[in-house]
Amino acid sequence: MQRIRLRYTKRGRLRFTSHRDFQRAFERALRRAEVPMAYSAGFTPHPKVSYANAAPTGTGSEAEYLEIQLTEARDPDTLRALLDESLPPGLDVIDAVEARTSGMADRLEASVWEIRLDRVAPADAERAVTAFLAADTVEVERRTKNGLRTFDARAAVVRLEATGAPADRPVDGGCAILRLVVRHLTPAVRPDDVLSGLRATADLAPPVPAAVTRLAQGLLDEESGTVTDPLAPDREAVTAAPPTAAELTAAMAPEGSA
Amino acid sequence: MSVESVFPQLEALLPHVQKPIQYVGGELNSTVKPWDDCDVRWALMYPDAYEVGLPNQGVMILYEVLNEREGVLAERTYSVWPDLEELMRKHEVPQFTVDAHRPVAAFDLFGVSFSTELGYTNLLTALDLAGIPLDAADRTEDHPVVVAGGHAAFNPEPIADFIDCAVIGDGEQAVLEMTEITRAWKAEGRPGGREELLFRLARTGGVYVPRFYDVEYLADGRISRVVPNRSGVPWRVSKHTVMDLDEWPYPKQPLVPLAETVHERMSVEIFRGCTRGCRFCQAGMITRPVRERSITGIGEMVEKGLKNTGFEEVGLLSLSSADHTEIGDVAKGLADRYEEDKIGLSLPSTRVDAFNIDLANELTRNGRRSGLTFAPEGGSERIRKVINKMVSEEDLIRTVSTAYGNGWRQVKLYFMCGLPTETDDDVLQIADMATKVIAKGREVSGKNDIRCTVSIGGFVPKPHTPFQWAPQLSAEETDARLEKLRDRIRSDKKYGRSIGFRYHDGKPGIVEGLLSRGDRRVGAVIRAVYEDGGRFDGWREHFSYDRWMACAERTLPGFGLDVAWYTTRERSYEEVLPWDHLDSGLDKDWLWEDWQDSLDETEVEDCRWTPCFDCGVCPQMQTEIQIGPTGRKLLPLSVVK
Repeated sequence: MQRIRLRYTKRGRLRFTSHRDFQRAFERALRRAEVPMAYSAGFTPHPKVSYANAAPTGTGSEAEYLEIQLTEARDPDTLRALLDESLPPGLDVIDAVEARTSGMADRLEASVWEIRLDRVAPADAERAVTAFLAADTVEVERRTKNGLRTFDARAAVVRLEATGAPADRPVDGGCAILRLVVRHLTPAVRPDDVLSGLRATADLAPPVPAAVTRLAQGLLDEESGTVTDPLAPDREAVTAAPPTAAELTAAMAPEGSA
Repeated sequence: MSVESVFPQLEALLPHVQKPIQYVGGELNSTVKPWDDCDVRWALMYPDAYEVGLPNQGVMILYEVLNEREGVLAERTYSVWPDLEELMRKHEVPQFTVDAHRPVAAFDLFGVSFSTELGYTNLLTALDLAGIPLDAADRTEDHPVVVAGGHAAFNPEPIADFIDCAVIGDGEQAVLEMTEITRAWKAEGRPGGREELLFRLARTGGVYVPRFYDVEYLADGRISRVVPNRSGVPWRVSKHTVMDLDEWPYPKQPLVPLAETVHERMSVEIFRGCTRGCRFCQAGMITRPVRERSITGIGEMVEKGLKNTGFEEVGLLSLSSADHTEIGDVAKGLADRYEEDKIGLSLPSTRVDAFNIDLANELTRNGRRSGLTFAPEGGSERIRKVINKMVSEEDLIRTVSTAYGNGWRQVKLYFMCGLPTETDDDVLQIADMATKVIAKGREVSGKNDIRCTVSIGGFVPKPHTPFQWAPQLSAEETDARLEKLRDRIRSDKKYGRSIGFRYHDGKPGIVEGLLSRGDRRVGAVIRAVYEDGGRFDGWREHFSYDRWMACAERTLPGFGLDVAWYTTRERSYEEVLPWDHLDSGLDKDWLWEDWQDSLDETEVEDCRWTPCFDCGVCPQMQTEIQIGPTGRKLLPLSVVK
């Protein structure tokens, strides 16, 4: 029995894929790629796939994780390429390691998000971010299955910065980009909760829906406010060598989700 | 001239709507071709929500057949839900295709497949969102040719004002022929404009262009005649029939959606047509003759389809799947082949027949035996003779007892209410039948927890069937009869708790009846309903009977008619029916004889196993029955994994 951990993306228009949609698509990709999956017992056996902490429908992601169990060993890189080929473009499998450690889900402590606000002046965004960070608590509301729920969106936020659009991609009407590092707490604070918080504390009201992308998930480095690659410990266990700087690289650079 | 994608505008709306994934496309096996490389472009629509429309085999087949051709592209579009419709209107985003998000109005041809008449209001919504004038008469050379197809197109008269043409029968070859005609006309510089293109399509004899036919009426509202208003177009337009299904193994690359849809399986059409002769069944009448796909053809389609999709279920589709001459070998062969792969097999539409239990057992070798479904359709022996559903109560009881004896826990029985000559007693006998089913089930299984569910809906008489002359039962009478049946079942102390009762009330059936047997004047009702906000009439939560009736009362009296005239009125032999000029191959006199036989409770056999009874289709359409057995077997796959 081999366990393989995969990192995958939700890019471009396929960011509208819900988690349930992704599950069906992934399980079909496993069949098409003829991956020797382990199945649960019972009347309706399911392939053994553990999904961790899926990004909300409509947000892009460069860093989603899951783990699969195989009945026969496969080379992780070959498997990655095969599954990537089998999934539609946008749902891309970009990393694979054989599981050598326990508790990958526990290592997903925090996320790095990029929130792109078209037609918002960077200065306005910066002002709002300052006000947000200055507050001790920021009460926000979210509609859940059980009705309207009120909770604090401030405590989970480790870092929040506002910048303008990159010089090589100027945007008509201005564009502000927020970079957010948020701890995974209960209740989970999502990027849209932080946006609600910015509206509550500083009246920041973007005229068009924000384009939100998860850039990384992993263990939180409290000091630098960055997260580390959650698959690194599995890689290290294989090489049995001390971790290199590259393997501990913090959040990867955005690849652009357009 | 290239066409811009509307996706950037649409994308900004998607965070505000339910299930945005249905609008983004990108399905596995979908195709996007460069616009400028193609000279004939089709937009294909299934006029219902994506979750219903995507799995539709007809659209999927045509999409693939067209895209396989060089210089031809086909993209798909579906009805958008009211939440997106509202935003699209506000932000001026036109009806788009999900493949490349191109505006529907930019295509040459806009083909709409109607499985049911309840999609008509959605056609109008899509036309309006696309910026295409609702009235065909108002369209210019710059607008697509709007083509109706599907079973409902066998009587396209209610939507005659809104479509440019209709094609009846199998679409595979028809769309290719239309494509070539359109290509030639465009290459010549569009001589004669839109009118000329429609004329070239019409003169093939297989494309119905309503504007080339005038309908004349009698003083009492009935039709006196339908006549071509220009020379060169045929008096009657013929249906298309594809012969040799093995030559058309589509879909080869079924679409696999990301969004959840109503059927998530690899469907293979194992034969087309049915000659069981059930008199209520329009599908069985208009798709004759029976044409089987060979056992090896089926095997290849399943193998390739599973490889291309990753689906975990195979559906063997047809109008009566157990009637395939080699179905036993097909089922066993597939079950053997995929035993290890956890592939489920399903066989919808089976007859009440003990043989089917063996089949069902084969298909569920490893799985759970939950429920089996049968459709006796009528509750009494007498009414089953009227509708030519040749199954006796003994057959049924024997079949279900075999099922319960084989470990099946639940049997579902489908019926119709409001069949010609039906009385309360015919329907109440359904309760007796269900009681006997449960009694027998408890006896053979030795268990009390078995169930039988009775599912029943109102009968709607359809064009091109022996019941096309029959009066439809009113909604009130249908509901009253169903209520009596429910009370009868509920009052049974001993068995009632084991019998489930599900029914559809009579109101939607009346609207369906109005649209099914309507003529061009019914178009005014459809337009009024659309303008009043009518959408998604196949959905209980959107359908409004009151709106339909109010709109009918506003429009039909102008013609001296009402809804009852179209629905509950019995037609006579001489009456010119609105669809008489659309030739399904069935001889109208044969249909009338079959209608008379039905009233005499005389049954008719299946022509696959008995001599021809002259329904007229084969000689009229120059087709023939194509059935096995071929004697071939499905061999295990020698694929190395």
